[in-house]
Amino acid sequence: MKKNVTISVNGIDQRASVEPRLLLVHFLREVAGLTGTHIGCETSLCGACTVLLDGRAVKSCTVLAVQADGRKVTTVEGLADGDKLHPIQEGFWEEHGLQCGFCTPGMIMCSHDLLEHHPSPSDSEIREGINGNLCRCTGYQHIVAAVRNASRKMSKRATARAGAR
Amino acid sequence: MIPANFDYESPRTLSEALDMLASREDAKILAGGHSLLPAMKLRLAQPSMLVDIGRIGGLAYIRESGDQILIGAMTTHADVAASKLLLRSSPLLAMTATQIGDTQVRNRGTIGGSLAQAHPSADYPAAVLALDAELVVHSRKGERVIPATKFFTGMFSTQLHNDEILTEIRIPRTPGEGVAYKKFHHPASGYAVVGIAVRVKMSGGKIDSAAVGITGVSDIAYRATKVENALRGKPAAAIADAATHAADGAEVLGDYYASTEYRQHLAVVITRRALDQAAGAKR
Repeated sequence: MKKNVTISVNGIDQRASVEPRLLLVHFLREVAGLTGTHIGCETSLCGACTVLLDGRAVKSCTVLAVQADGRKVTTVEGLADGDKLHPIQEGFWEEHGLQCGFCTPGMIMCSHDLLEHHPSPSDSEIREGINGNLCRCTGYQHIVAAVRNASRKMSKRATARAGAR
Repeated sequence: MIPANFDYESPRTLSEALDMLASREDAKILAGGHSLLPAMKLRLAQPSMLVDIGRIGGLAYIRESGDQILIGAMTTHADVAASKLLLRSSPLLAMTATQIGDTQVRNRGTIGGSLAQAHPSADYPAAVLALDAELVVHSRKGERVIPATKFFTGMFSTQLHNDEILTEIRIPRTPGEGVAYKKFHHPASGYAVVGIAVRVKMSGGKIDSAAVGITGVSDIAYRATKVENALRGKPAAAIADAATHAADGAEVLGDYYASTEYRQHLAVVITRRALDQAAGAKR
């Protein structure tokens, strides 16, 4: 039996009648039409499908859409402010934190969770934080540099904001 | 990969959930879904109904009660890992939770779900055994409390009946004790090839008592009582010899990644390291 769900995706309510077995990642891609979230392994190993559910990084291939009913989801499309990229996106851009780009949305969303909880992680904390995300190009050095870059930017901006008050 | 179809219920109270669970023989409880959903995708599990207990209020908490700390079954690994109360009063469980899976898994997976699943390489079983935890389960008939040492009955099987829900884990405070969880990760899955949870009580340079919970080594997590007995009343220097008994009496698993011999060897080495850490021993 289908269930009616309303999921807030990047601040916009998405309503649909879905089979309970529909995975959140398929809801995002096929119902909400947001294909920034990628489907890699579908077995909760690769992390390509990582999104924020109520602010925490989750693998959307291992969450049912019905479990997200009434909750808030943020995908990579929800990070930028208009044309202004999020500092984590800037970090990936500036440090060449991607080769093929397949893992990038998941890496970025997982890094978001990391930096939220550890604003100034060490390199080993960054590696531990993104442990659940695989890069098939093995470009981890640049990814770690990108997260480090983002962490510096975000700290600097937070300090500037605090100073302006 | 998409699971076979099923009916989905999301009760708001425990008693509703228990009624739903009892209404269908092959109904399954959905907690964090990080064991069940992957199994359903592979058709290893094909329940006709899922009862999602994620919307029942009051199943996720960590609080003190007398000598014990109570942990709601829906508490995520991330919340166990970050709990200041646990880190202060009984850190073993938090140390264990930190080493489960990865960030995303810890954000969704729950302690109750993991224990009820009883995966032979899951991390928590070692810790709840070493802590002599009590597991509280509910059914329509009422509540019962199962000691962790009796809870696990085999690979993926526990004392839980089909109509029961694990609701709470009760652990003691461990003031003045050394505790440690040491794990040899499977490099791909992150599961414990060997996971060793220990508590050590020392006084006057001797070990008063030790508790050693072992996961990953056999089809069922167990207490290494031979190791514990060999340590009682001994100085920390006895750890290396005692640890050689880590897999005594256990039917040691072997697979393409870790043969029986290798796993048995790892059990001894990791047990020694965990005990050294807990006893503050330098080697």
